[in-house]
Amino acid sequence: MANQAKTELLLEITGIHKRFGGLHALNDVALSINKGEIYGLIGPNGAGKTTLFNVLTGLYQPDEGKFTFKGIDLFRQKPNVVVESGIARTFQNIRLFHNMTALENVMVGRHVRTKAGVIGAVFRNPGTKAEEAAIRARSLALLDYVGIRKHAEEHAKNLSYGDQRRLEIARALATDPQLLALDEPAAGMNGKETDDLKRLMEKIRADGVTILLIEHDVKLMMGLCDRIAVLDYGKKIAEGVPEVVKNDPRVIEAYLGATPD
Amino acid sequence: MDIFIQQLINGLVVGSIYALIALGYTMVYGILQLINFAHGEIVMMGAMITISAISVLSATGVGLPGPVLVIGGLLIAIPITMLIGFVIERVAYRPLRKAPRLAPLITAIGISIVLQQIAVLIWKNNPRSFPDLLPHDPHNFFGAVITDLQIVIVVLAILIMAGLLLMVEKTKLGRAMRAVSMNQAVAGLMGVNINYVISMTFVIGSGLGAIAGVMVGANYGLAYPTMGFMIGLKAFTAAVLGGIGNLGGAVAGGILLGIIESVGAGYLGPLTGGVLGSHYQDIFAFMVLILVLVFRPSGLLGERVAERA
Repeated sequence: MANQAKTELLLEITGIHKRFGGLHALNDVALSINKGEIYGLIGPNGAGKTTLFNVLTGLYQPDEGKFTFKGIDLFRQKPNVVVESGIARTFQNIRLFHNMTALENVMVGRHVRTKAGVIGAVFRNPGTKAEEAAIRARSLALLDYVGIRKHAEEHAKNLSYGDQRRLEIARALATDPQLLALDEPAAGMNGKETDDLKRLMEKIRADGVTILLIEHDVKLMMGLCDRIAVLDYGKKIAEGVPEVVKNDPRVIEAYLGATPD
Repeated sequence: MDIFIQQLINGLVVGSIYALIALGYTMVYGILQLINFAHGEIVMMGAMITISAISVLSATGVGLPGPVLVIGGLLIAIPITMLIGFVIERVAYRPLRKAPRLAPLITAIGISIVLQQIAVLIWKNNPRSFPDLLPHDPHNFFGAVITDLQIVIVVLAILIMAGLLLMVEKTKLGRAMRAVSMNQAVAGLMGVNINYVISMTFVIGSGLGAIAGVMVGANYGLAYPTMGFMIGLKAFTAAVLGGIGNLGGAVAGGILLGIIESVGAGYLGPLTGGVLGSHYQDIFAFMVLILVLVFRPSGLLGERVAERA
């Protein structure tokens, strides 16, 4: 909880800049996420939310700034290094391995935490078999955790939209993250699916995983997040608990346009 | 009728060899969208190295039995071709991974020429007879003839292909290969070591190529440094016929192409009144290639290419 007496810093970025040609997509962005909170990121379309996500997960290399996670310097690190240090993500446009089963998708996520290589694949030694069984068991447990275990053997492309989103979350959790970054997980979901998703996120947080969340559903964000940062034109224009952010005049202006005084 | 069954058997034998080679093309294509035109030369290298290894082994004078010599030669050739495949990817393709797709394609043709010329330098540009060490006692099969060697080729090819499909479906490496082929960036994000997976794809495909090369040599009784071009083109046709990038498609395409070619060649002479003989059999492979490219570019089992993210 945000109002806990003792807060522990998990992720911190300062002075992050990212330019694409003439577009200044991220302009001096700073934010810090504490262990155990649900941290929301909102802003109008094109504000730079997904760009920031891509920077935080190593897909984009920022031009300037500082990026530390658990005190480790992750500035301009490769995606696999970022994942190994404990940041996992989902995608705004679902990016599953469509022609694999749901279970296999999650099993791929275990790669970052397992070892066996080609020798094991050929000779099937006991160590490899044991590891494979452990991967399978853990992946099934994760499917159960997000509530889609009954679809384990179905191809990812055949799952419903909401279940595909859950599968992406299970796959991200398979990397044993301490920070789970969700890019618009409720997009395209109906009311019931959104409620279920909210409960899932609360469960994940209760189990000790910090969550960074991008979402357009403002009602969901206000009810779920401990703190929210608002991006507009690549700049952070507000940050704080939902009630304060909601009433911040700059936020209202960014969302509704300038209001004459 | 006898001729038909005979050609069917011959087609099955040649087809299972095409299938093994086609798997090498299709695995690389599935992961890199690259047509590795040097793969035919890997097959050639497998055959030539095995012949040399056999002559070294038999020069020891121990008097090993024929099949042991062939297996020994193959066991020397496989790691060498695997190494060649590994080095090609590392040196020629990896630096071009982010280049436009035409660049690695042209490089592949270049590598193919380089390997062929290296082979010419080592073995001279003459056909070498493949040592006659394997039993080929004929058996009667519904009025047609099938030899021990042909049976071994078909059975071995089927076992290897089944093993490969099982590896791709059931093991961690296989899963990683499929993940990389479906979405390389996301696979990397999940901790899959992409370079390792790509290297292994080349290594495995080259190993299969070496085995296929020995099968070609044993089946036709000879091998030569420029043999890789035609056999590679045929196997590429088989891969396209089955749907390039699709492993099951490569197997089906290979066997189907072998049968079309053999049956077609068997009837070409009688049907044209002797104007075109069975040595025109190659035209069938390329007719198939053209027809597939015109009417079903995605191949028999290939998916529509539309959904690439």
